[in-house]
Amino acid sequence: MDVIIDNLPLYWEGFLRTLFLSAVSGVIALLLGTVLAAARVSPVAALRGFSMTYVEILRNTPLTIAFFFAAIVLPRLGVKFEQFEVAAIIALSAYTAAFIAEAVRSGVNSVPVGQAEAARSIGMKFGQVLSLIILPQALRTVIPPLINILIALVKNSSVAGAFFVLELFGYGRQLANSNGDQVMAVLIGVAFFYLLITVPLGILASTVERKVAIVR
Amino acid sequence: MSSVLYDVPGPKARRVSLIGSVVGSLLILGLLAWIISTLAQQGIFEGRRWAIFTRADVWSLLGNGIGATLSAAAVAAVIAFPLGLLLCLLRISDLAAIRVPTRIVLEFLRGMPVVLMMFFVLLVFGTNQFIAVVAGLVLYNAAVFAEIIRAGIQSLPKGQREAGLTIGLTSFQSRMVIELPQAVRRMMPSLVAQLVVLLKDTSLGYIVAYGELLRAVQVMADFLGTQFLFPIFFVAAAIYIAINICVSRIAVWIERRGSKKAAGGVAKAEPEPIEAEVK
Repeated sequence: MDVIIDNLPLYWEGFLRTLFLSAVSGVIALLLGTVLAAARVSPVAALRGFSMTYVEILRNTPLTIAFFFAAIVLPRLGVKFEQFEVAAIIALSAYTAAFIAEAVRSGVNSVPVGQAEAARSIGMKFGQVLSLIILPQALRTVIPPLINILIALVKNSSVAGAFFVLELFGYGRQLANSNGDQVMAVLIGVAFFYLLITVPLGILASTVERKVAIVR
Repeated sequence: MSSVLYDVPGPKARRVSLIGSVVGSLLILGLLAWIISTLAQQGIFEGRRWAIFTRADVWSLLGNGIGATLSAAAVAAVIAFPLGLLLCLLRISDLAAIRVPTRIVLEFLRGMPVVLMMFFVLLVFGTNQFIAVVAGLVLYNAAVFAEIIRAGIQSLPKGQREAGLTIGLTSFQSRMVIELPQAVRRMMPSLVAQLVVLLKDTSLGYIVAYGELLRAVQVMADFLGTQFLFPIFFVAAAIYIAINICVSRIAVWIERRGSKKAAGGVAKAEPEPIEAEVK
């Protein structure tokens, strides 16, 4: 266990980096995913088609491929990054946005038809129907799945560790290499810090789920 | 489908929508054109870069990569499913002494990055890469399968179990004979969707240096020269996406078939969409 205590500053730094990556990618993915979901249900055919293609492709792409593209292929195409973190954030948010778009869309479908009809009958336009009536209700029902997607995002950020970003997993790998005799302790320490994020989020998801279930 | 959100468009709205479609298409086409011209400036579309796909050894390396990807996924799926069933039975056991520890183990496994588990198995047990990849996939997906099947059992009407117990089945027999088959069947779409996740996760093997498809890309790019990176990567990504879309389609097809059967009056189960774990 000494190796964990001795390296607590490293763990802490990795933990903060993981939180940072997840938070920034999470916010971007939430915004992008909502826009994609809105495009998917919009009257404009080109937007629907674009959104569908995006979601279908990204959802079926392994995350490692997305990372490989952002971190290794893009720079060779002339898109240079100052830091690999930017590449990691691009990969994570582009990938997660597809899942968020699907979740939000299923939320839109779960809003009773009458809500949209009522909104339209008092003369609201599509944009108003969506942003004032449908999305607020839809987002509410999909909060639990959205939290689950964010949990997956936190776990997925570990892939960044393999692409030169020193987050929790990256530091774990480094420590495991330099402390060959205490690999188990090192990795259990890493696991603990991941659980510190994912387990509370999971509890939050099931609490919200119960709350929403009572209302509906 | 989504027409609930807007009226059947009249002439004016149709015009606006048409303009929107044209502008949207132009924007997207412009973006694509920009990407393609950037790529062309890098010389990506020169014939010689794509000529490598006429070489047999390139395809045999790609084939090896696909084989490694599929075999890891297949072995992991075959082990993870029965293990998931077992974990599910333990998780819903009548004895708290079994239920509670299983729950803790499941929470632990689900809250953990898969790549960390692969890495753990690789280093702590000193296994080879294949076993590390399979073990990581099995541990994670068994836990997810267990939770999916548990959701299926909990969605069954209470009477199913009560009836089983009434005719003298033991609790275990009722689970095995009455509840599990229905739960697995009901959750089939989610289980197949999880298979897509499992298949995608084999690419994490890249990180522990397992010779799967993405690793094959890297090896070939190192071997042939980085100017071939993009063509090889492009083909590999297309292969991955094609395989996964096929499996996804199977999930959709099963879902349709299931709901058709339910509509036919065999099983009155209101289909309960339970989101598969995203990964």
